[in-house]
Amino acid sequence: MTASLEPALNVAPPAVLTARTIFTAGLLALLALLPVYALATGETFAVALFTRVVILALGAVSLNLIMGYGGMVSFGHAAYLGIGGYAVGILAKEGIGSGFVQWPVAVAASALYALVVGALSLRTRGVYFIMITLAFAQMIYYVAIGLDRYGGDDGLTVYKRSDFGGLIDLNNKIVFYYLCFAILLAAIYLIARLVNSRFGLVLRGTRSNERRMRAIGFPTFRYKLVAFVIAGALCGLAGALLANHTSFISPAIMHWTRSGDLIVMVVLGGLGSLFGPVIGAVVFLLLQEGLSRVTEYPDLVLGPILLLVAIYVHGGIGGLLEGRRRG
Amino acid sequence: MCTAASAACWKGGAVASALLQTERLTRRFGGVVAADAIELAIAPKEVHAIIGPNGAGKTTLIGLLSGEIAAEDGSIRFDGAEISRLPVYRRSQLGLARSFQITSLFRDFSALDNVALAVQAHRGHSFRFWGDARREDALRGPALAALERVGMRDRAGTRVDKLSHGEQRQLEIAMALASGPQLLLLDEPMAGMGPDESARMVQLLRGLKGSVTILLIEHDMEAVFALADRLSVLVYGRIIASGDPETIRADPAVRQAYLGEKDSSAQGRQDG
Repeated sequence: MTASLEPALNVAPPAVLTARTIFTAGLLALLALLPVYALATGETFAVALFTRVVILALGAVSLNLIMGYGGMVSFGHAAYLGIGGYAVGILAKEGIGSGFVQWPVAVAASALYALVVGALSLRTRGVYFIMITLAFAQMIYYVAIGLDRYGGDDGLTVYKRSDFGGLIDLNNKIVFYYLCFAILLAAIYLIARLVNSRFGLVLRGTRSNERRMRAIGFPTFRYKLVAFVIAGALCGLAGALLANHTSFISPAIMHWTRSGDLIVMVVLGGLGSLFGPVIGAVVFLLLQEGLSRVTEYPDLVLGPILLLVAIYVHGGIGGLLEGRRRG
Repeated sequence: MCTAASAACWKGGAVASALLQTERLTRRFGGVVAADAIELAIAPKEVHAIIGPNGAGKTTLIGLLSGEIAAEDGSIRFDGAEISRLPVYRRSQLGLARSFQITSLFRDFSALDNVALAVQAHRGHSFRFWGDARREDALRGPALAALERVGMRDRAGTRVDKLSHGEQRQLEIAMALASGPQLLLLDEPMAGMGPDESARMVQLLRGLKGSVTILLIEHDMEAVFALADRLSVLVYGRIIASGDPETIRADPAVRQAYLGEKDSSAQGRQDG
């Protein structure tokens, strides 16, 4: 039986060295070796910058799961960064410094929030879905501003990084960077498995043609909801990392423009591709960083670049490397 | 034992054995009554065609039966169970499969992926996050068998958007067949087809006769009379006649409302 199935299974693209795989491999090598470079040259600033890049890439990777593979354009994804971050910050302030408590709480709180938001918003689609996810994120944003005990508008300093006993020391910047990088790779592997599993095919089929999915017998809503919760939990973890990285958490991280940034990273790198969000995060954040050094209005340059990519390049930068063009 | 083609048997009220039966099935859109107290009974293993002029409510009827359109009134019994309040996916799981008038496939998947997804929907839940679904013989095997039935096994690895229109229509049928349904709702399977492709589709559907119950909506009268055991004529949301092909052809009300006008146009096409 297995042998007879073989001819039909050759739908996977042949493993050739495309420009895209070379670029992705190079990028991962760069991320893996960055601390070595930084230590050699003494540019420790680079480690801080790239830790942020890697953490936000994790956020973008999680958004890509629902947006790229599931077709759900969530415009409130930064809320999870805030929830994860505040979970760490609030617990730290209340004297619970253990990462074994903080991080699971960050992930669970984000998952719970995603469950509520998803249960309500996934009944709508298109612009309404975008608006409802945005509205919920704004609500959480103003809740954070109202948290007087935890700094309100001014934010909350996280005096101690999450404590994992003797297991791993987050105060070491290099160690922390590699931890974030490892988590990012693990998340990408998780999603690589997921999108080719039964669940993943249901998710992708639903993006492609939800009406047909229901007609062939899938209760699509519950699959979308589970994907939404997984993405939220993953981004909550990114939030916990971010609070540890900056030792500070404020409502600004949940501002709607941060949600927009995450969408931009995903679109820039290429929707529905495994490493696309990483490419997008690196390019977006480095451009932003570089431009802010030479001009006071980096968005004036960034905006048109994004526009060009959105209009002319199908599949983002990853798609560009494959020579795909629109129209 | 009633044969499906025996009209007398149906007039005798043997509807208790029907696979699908509707009573007073009604739906309005604004002031338009798209389905007006429809009474329909479909016997197991028969091919039952619904014909009627444009705007008669044929696609609405398919929508009501498959669950995409909610009924305002009336009931639908399928295989002994009342299904008129069930969502689309539940009806599919009970064995009611449909094809779409406008080809509705997963375009960025291969033909085999499309059919395998239809199989997957009927093989337990899909909250399985780790194993590669494209390597599951339990999904690929039945999917290949369904492709075989529509004569498309050699196209299994081809992406849907690389298939011809006729092949896409065949794939529609394969997807509907894949889950082993009791009742196939076919919404204009010949839509947009040339004569050759139509002939192939008629051949394909004829091959299914006797193994699955089919409710067929089709404009191509030649195909309808070639395939159907019984016909129902739908005009302005009402079924004005039901019976075997000869009875329908002879029915004066049908001739006046529908066939007369349609026959001449079909004739014109054949002559031209």
